[in-house]
Amino acid sequence: MIRLVDICKSYRVSRRGAGLGSAVKSLFGRRYDLVRALDCVSFEVGDGEMIGYIGPNGAGKSSTVKVMSGILTPDSGECIVNGRVPWKERAAHVRDIGVVFGQRSQLWWDVPVGDSFDLIRDIYSVKRADYRQILDRLISRLDLGELMRTPARQLSLGQRMRCEIAASLLHRPKILFLDEPTIGLDAPSKLAVREFIRSLNRLEGVTVILTTHDMQDIEALTDRVILIGKGRILLDGPIERLTAAGGDKKIDELVADMYRAFEI
Amino acid sequence: MKKYLAFFRIRFINGLQYRAAAYAGMATQFAWGFMEILVYTVFHDTAPAAFPMEMGQLTSYIWLRQALLGLFMSWYYDRELLDMITSGNVAYEMCRPADIYTMWFAKNLATRCSRAALRCVPIFLVAGFLPGRFRLYPPAGAGALAMFCVSVTAGVLITVGLSMFVYATAFYTVSPLGMRIVAVNIIEFMSGGIIPLPFFPDGVFRVMRLLPFAATESTPFLIYSGALRGGDAGAAVALQFMWLVLITAGGKLYLDSSLRRLVIQGG
Repeated sequence: MIRLVDICKSYRVSRRGAGLGSAVKSLFGRRYDLVRALDCVSFEVGDGEMIGYIGPNGAGKSSTVKVMSGILTPDSGECIVNGRVPWKERAAHVRDIGVVFGQRSQLWWDVPVGDSFDLIRDIYSVKRADYRQILDRLISRLDLGELMRTPARQLSLGQRMRCEIAASLLHRPKILFLDEPTIGLDAPSKLAVREFIRSLNRLEGVTVILTTHDMQDIEALTDRVILIGKGRILLDGPIERLTAAGGDKKIDELVADMYRAFEI
Repeated sequence: MKKYLAFFRIRFINGLQYRAAAYAGMATQFAWGFMEILVYTVFHDTAPAAFPMEMGQLTSYIWLRQALLGLFMSWYYDRELLDMITSGNVAYEMCRPADIYTMWFAKNLATRCSRAALRCVPIFLVAGFLPGRFRLYPPAGAGALAMFCVSVTAGVLITVGLSMFVYATAFYTVSPLGMRIVAVNIIEFMSGGIIPLPFFPDGVFRVMRLLPFAATESTPFLIYSGALRGGDAGAAVALQFMWLVLITAGGKLYLDSSLRRLVIQGG
């Protein structure tokens, strides 16, 4: 159970013109603009739901995920995940969640993937017997057999992403945050990742929150979408509400139309 | 606690595999040790009365410093941690059910211990059998040895504690390099890394020995060599423990507040 109520967060962004003149000027006085990344964001997610969280670049998707995973402390508002405030009880909170940041890596670059997994096991204090069982299942379902003995630096992006997802699931989290998990992947890898996420949600009841720009991810996976733009929640409802209104338009066009309609 | 031991173990094992670096390091340390002893011998023979330590004490100090360089090196910072902070991959570190200060402390401590473990034994052995003025003498007695062991432990923990401030500062700057250079030079100078603290003018020495920097390597080395003994040694060790508590508590508060205000940039 995840509940966000009126979460706000502003960032200070330093701004200056290009060129030597403004660079020198900024040595003495620096101008900061306050950017509202999250502007009273509120929503609820029930257990076992699969949510697509969409919005244009810079809309506040990643910031929301960071708040929910306890990495970012908001300026104001309330966020409760499984009865805990993420940034206040960070250590207890993160035992319940798994996070995949599509653009970052949690695997140790030079050591085989299996060693990274073992270390993560120790960090989460997963029991050996449980670990063996979880790992075997992940290996067969994500097809990791060969990869376990390969150093992370020698994996292709698609292989690495499968390993990253497995790494986030070793402690059997109840909630999984996926921040652009299919970014940069080729078609077969995308399909494999989607298939895996779907079964994780359906078979094991893991709550999944997925942010992505790939509308096919959304279409294939989620029943409910939340649209955020300029830090505000603009739309929250079943995906059919999106597709029904558009007739036979492609979903990418629909979303582009929607972004234009909301002026985001 | 078990998971912090796991960090320690993996880092320690990882550190032991750099054999070539250990041999090269030992060669450098012997060369450096001989050179220092030669230079100080010249000073000593010119004006023995003006010398603040006995020559034997100074020789011990120099060899100890070379042997335990891995434990106290002020310039060592974990590249992986600093990169993680600058690149934002620290986001994953924050998704772990572990206290970040303790986790990083354990990693740093492990690397230092592994480096020292490889190098100290050969240096101790060889230096212990060198002829004449180059010889490293055993500590003054069992009491001094015990006191030295306690003091070295406290000193290493303080060294790691000081370096944690640099990691925390890296959250505020785009590049951690500047802060690092400042910290390395202050610590190296003030801890007696360049010249032993007793060689500073009296007034300066009286202040410097009270600072946390002296509590890193100067105090244990002076205790071993017998330049610091009896009640003075006890007081110095007590002072070490006071600094240890203050520095780790302060560092933890500082790091925690940096993490609270942290913004991971880039989508």
